[in-house]
Formats: sequence, structure tokens, C-alpha cells
Amino acid sequence: MTLAAIPLKPTRNPNDVLAPGVVRVLHDDGTVDPAHDPGLTDAELIGLYRALVRVRMLDERLVALQRQGRIGFHIGSLGEEAAILGSAFAMRPSDWIFPCYREFGAALWRGLPLQRYVDNMFGNENDPVRGRQMPDHYTCRAAKFGSVSSPIGTQITQAVGFAWAAKLKKDDLVTLVYFGDGATSSNEFHCGMNFAGVFRTPTVLFCRNNGWAISVPTERQTASATFADKGIAYGVHAVRCDGNDLLAVIATTRDAVARAARGDGPTLIEALTYRVAGHSTSDDPKAYRKEAEVEEWKRRDPIARVRRLLERKSLWSDADQASAEAAIDAEVREAVAAAEQTSPPALATMFDDVYAELPWHLVEQRDELLRGPRAKGHGA
Amino acid sequence: MTQGVAPARKTTYREAVRAALREALQRDPRVLLMGEEVGAYGGSYACSLGLLEEFGPDRVRDTPLSESAFVGMGIGAAMGGLRPIVEIMTVNFSLLALDQLLNNAATLRHMSGGQVGVPLVVRMATGAGKQVAAQHSHSLENFYAHIPGLKVLAPATLEDARGMLWTALEDPDPVILFEHTMLYGLEGELAADAGPVPIDRAAVRRPGKDVTLVAYGGTVGKAMDAARALAEQRVDAEVIDLRTLRPLDDATLLASVAKTHRAVVVDEGWRTGGLAGEICARLAERAFYDLDAPLARVCTAEVPIPYAKHLEDAALPQVEGIVQAALGAVARHG
Repeated sequence: MTLAAIPLKPTRNPNDVLAPGVVRVLHDDGTVDPAHDPGLTDAELIGLYRALVRVRMLDERLVALQRQGRIGFHIGSLGEEAAILGSAFAMRPSDWIFPCYREFGAALWRGLPLQRYVDNMFGNENDPVRGRQMPDHYTCRAAKFGSVSSPIGTQITQAVGFAWAAKLKKDDLVTLVYFGDGATSSNEFHCGMNFAGVFRTPTVLFCRNNGWAISVPTERQTASATFADKGIAYGVHAVRCDGNDLLAVIATTRDAVARAARGDGPTLIEALTYRVAGHSTSDDPKAYRKEAEVEEWKRRDPIARVRRLLERKSLWSDADQASAEAAIDAEVREAVAAAEQTSPPALATMFDDVYAELPWHLVEQRDELLRGPRAKGHGA
Repeated sequence: MTQGVAPARKTTYREAVRAALREALQRDPRVLLMGEEVGAYGGSYACSLGLLEEFGPDRVRDTPLSESAFVGMGIGAAMGGLRPIVEIMTVNFSLLALDQLLNNAATLRHMSGGQVGVPLVVRMATGAGKQVAAQHSHSLENFYAHIPGLKVLAPATLEDARGMLWTALEDPDPVILFEHTMLYGLEGELAADAGPVPIDRAAVRRPGKDVTLVAYGGTVGKAMDAARALAEQRVDAEVIDLRTLRPLDDATLLASVAKTHRAVVVDEGWRTGGLAGEICARLAERAFYDLDAPLARVCTAEVPIPYAKHLEDAALPQVEGIVQAALGAVARHG
């Protein structure tokens, strides 16, 4: 049998969410299954909906800025907004998030100011990471949001270790770590799951199964029937939820946080969603996947679904939509304009934070740099 | 170096490491020891014998077998407010954790704009001499000494084995301690109240005026033996123990060469792209006009360390080779 003939699973069929055991709450038509309804207030629902729209509009704006050459890079969350915001919403203020690189929605929700996020896109002197990281690779300690990780999976063992420290210190704290379906093949996923299981750490391992690891589809990533199956091998409780269903994500994550907080150990969550855009602005997915597949998933848009719920409850109108979009558009434009006008970080700051204290050899290298000739336009 | 005033007593390097671990666990409840075989087994080199019994499994933790995972967990625990001491069995196995050490521990403070520090201490054995061949015997200290964000230490004496750990734990940044496997059995005297030592200076282990022998870790003893042999031939060698491999203490090296005008660098690492080359480059840059003879290096032969005893001996820097290199340097009159 050729490789191609082997019937590999999982698939990227939107109807996979109908499989037994997948938590679903909010249906495509905006109706709610009361069995798992997390019972959000109207104000919470409206707040989350506005946040979802804000993340999407920001995403679209940042792609445009990259295409115009005004920023170098963007890695977005088109189609995955509910999985990201729903899980962040379910975390308590004391909890920590260890991100992959697609979760700026979670960072904003946790308190990263939009202006600081946009500053990071420009790497200016107000960038929270001082122009040292590429766009979308920030840290926000105040929001208890760790450093965005480019090497795949490395944040998983760190989240497990952080949770272990909290357990030893008896801090009421859970860590949630994001990663994609591709990361489930990484060393750090397997040993991180194993360590989380053995140490029974208060950790939520949140897998955004978005169908693609750049150009590699899920069925070429694993021969397991589901990604959640991998929890069985490590003795880690695992659940699947509809990742395009805001309420299912909230309910599932809340359960996992509660389990962790009461000492019942880690949970692996597989959220079934879809990466509607390319991997990043450096990628054109038309080269490796069919538009029909994308269109099918677009019909299951997670934001439109929440809007249908709000409309059913008479909490949202076209006028509300127009005014929300206008406000977000103005906010984003203002932030971009401010970020673009902000100076780049001073050259000498490059040497800060290599160590807590600047050592003599970096003082020498800094002074040498400032004394020496340098290329035009490299600031002062 | 700090020398206590209490009477000295006989001990070993291994005992000094254990005393340092014990003191750290006693002094600071945030300190914990983690890694493979550190608990019930007492450490692959018996450095933590008895500590599990004394401090319990929350403080002395046997982990499952994955270097990248227990280093990654150590990074997370350090970020989360603990002061983990991670033991990696040997530097050879640390390569499985290199992404965590380089891309994460060493870089997080800078990448996060100073928001996140990683006060992590990693101990690992290094070096050859025990006939355990290529995958257990390499000296890769220069890999780590290459990486900004790390501090890299090589305790070569009982005082440093006893005293460097606490100073490393007080450091807000990640520190890697290399313990040469041939040193664990080293016997000597240590003041009963020996304590923390600075980790930012090289040490002159033997003053001399004719030639500077630069060594670290497992080669310091060989350089001292070479200095004794040279003394019999009326060559007065100065021996410098680097102690800290990142950042290097240029000042002590330059002061020595300004006096002796000659230097031989002894390094158990491979020659090409190694620490000895780095030291020679610094001396060439900053002490060129002080030098009366070409710089010389005594390094490990550029082969994977072989098992057979005579082959292993031949591959490594030895006293005879150091003496010969030093005589070669002093034979040239500038």
C-alpha cells in the first residue's frame, strides 16, 4: 500500500465537531445547548463579542500594514478567535498564560494595552520588549502572559514547571499553555505531557487544532484518531471541544481550570478550529490547500455565531455593529499612527537585559559601538 | 578566594559539592534540586547522597528521563519564583536541552524587555579520563561560554566546589556550573566554615615570572603539575585558573602576561573554535606588544574521545605536553 492510500485520521472536516464527546454549546444558528452552557451574563457576552470583532479587525489591519511594507511580519488568528478568547476568558486573574504565537487576542483580553501591542509590531521604543523581538513576539508580565515562543513546543515544559512551582509554593494558580496541532509532534509536547502527568501539575494544555502546521495537514501530523487521544498515554485527562464555539471553549477551559485548581492535575484540551489565513504573512496557503476547504470553514465562522446569539437575545443590532466597528477602527488607526511616530529604541538599549546587571564586557562593546562608524539611519 | 579562619579539615571535591547543595537547601526554601538520579540514587556522581532523606521529595526531585523537559521545567519553576538547581548527568546529554538553555534560559530576559528573568542554576559533569568514551567524555564548555545571557563557571578546587554554588544561586541570571568528572575524587583541605566565593574573577593558583599557563576545570591540576616539573628545569611558571568561562576575566590574564610575556593555554576542549583560541585572540588583541613568544595551545586531539586507555590519554592534554609547550615558549627570547 502506498502512503497516500493509508486512511489516516484526523481529518479537517468541519463536521468532525459532531463526533461523540466533542463539547458543543453554541450552534451555528445561535441557539444554545443548555447542558454545558457556561451561563455568561449579557454584559459578558457583549464584551466578548466586541473583543472578538476587535481582534479580527486588528488582524486584518496588520496584514494590510505588512502588505504595505509598514511592518515586517504578522501572524494572526483569523478563524481561531473564539478558541483563543474563550480560553483566556476562562482563566482567573491569578493564572498565567504561556503562549504559542497566535494568541494576541488572549494577551489583549488579559490587559496588554492595544497601543503596546501595536508598538511591538513596529519595534519602537514603547514596545514592551524594546524592539528586540519580531512582531507578535512580546511578553506582558502585568497580564501574566509569558514570552511568545518561536521554537515549537518549548513553552509547554516551562508552563508545567511554572505550575509545579506554584503547587510547591501553595499558590492558587493554574497555567494554560497554547500550542498548535503541529506542536503535538514536538519533543516538548510529549515530555511536557508526561511531566505534567507525573507531577500532577495544575496545567491546562490547550491545543488549537487548526488543521494545518504551515503546509502540513493534520492527517500528516499524526496517525492517532484525535489529538486528545494522546492524553491517554500520559495519564492526562483530555477533552475535545468545538473551537469555533465560544461557549464550548469557555465551558471546557473552566472545567479544566477548576480541576487543576482543586488538585486533580492537568487537562489536555483539543479545540477543533481552522486556520483561515496563511500561517503568517510569509505564507501563501493557496499553494497547498483548496479554497473549497477554506470556504467550508468560513461558513462556521466563530464570530458570526456569537453575533447570531446576541441577535436572538436582542442584545445586538446593525447599528451596534456599525458603531462598534467605527470605534475599533478609530482606536486601531490612532494606535498605528502613534506607533509609527514613536522613535526606535536607542542603540545603547540593545545591551540592556542580556544580564540583570550590565557586565564589563558589554559596557566595552556598547561603548565601542557608540564610538565607531555605523551605517546610515541606525539612530543614536 | 575566601578562606575561612576555622581549622581546615580533609575532604573531597564531591563532599564539597554535597556540602554546598546541602547548605543551599537549608538556607533558602525556594531552592530545590532536580534531575535524573539526584534523589534515591544520590546523584550519578554521588553528590546528593542523603539529601532526599534530609529534605524530602519536594526539594530533591527525581524527574522522568528527558533533559529538555527537566531543564524546561526548571526554567518555568525559576520564572515561577523558585531557585531550582538542575543537575544534568553530563554535558554530553545537555545537548538534548540546548534549545531550552540557549533559546530560552539565556535569552528570555532580553527577549522580554527585562520583564522575565530566569534565575536557574544548572550543574553538569564534563570531561574525560574515566574511559567512558565519546558520548560521555566531551568537554563542551565552550558551547555554553559562547552564549550571551549565561554565566559559565568551572570550579577546579575544593573551595570553588564548595563556594560557587551559593553565589550562582544568588545571581538573577542563569548560571551553568561544570564539574570535571576527574575532580570528584580530589582530596584536600577545606576550612570548616568555607563559604560562598566570588564568581567574576580568575585566580592565580601559582605565581611565576617566566610563562603563564592558563587552565580551567580539569586541566588546572595538570597545569600545576607541569609548573612543578618546569620549576625543576628552572622555569618559573604562573598558573591561572580561569574559574569563570563567561564572562572571561581579561584583566587577570593581561596582568599575568604583562609580567611573564609568554602564555600557554591548556584546554580540554577541541582546538578549532574553542576557548583556548578565544583566549589567544584576546591576548593577541590586547597584549601583543607584551609577548616575547608565539602563544601556544595544548588542547584535546580533534577526535571523538576514544575508550581504550592509551588512546584516551593520548587524546587529552597531559602534563608532558604542557611542559613541552612552555619550554618552547621560554626558549624564544624576545
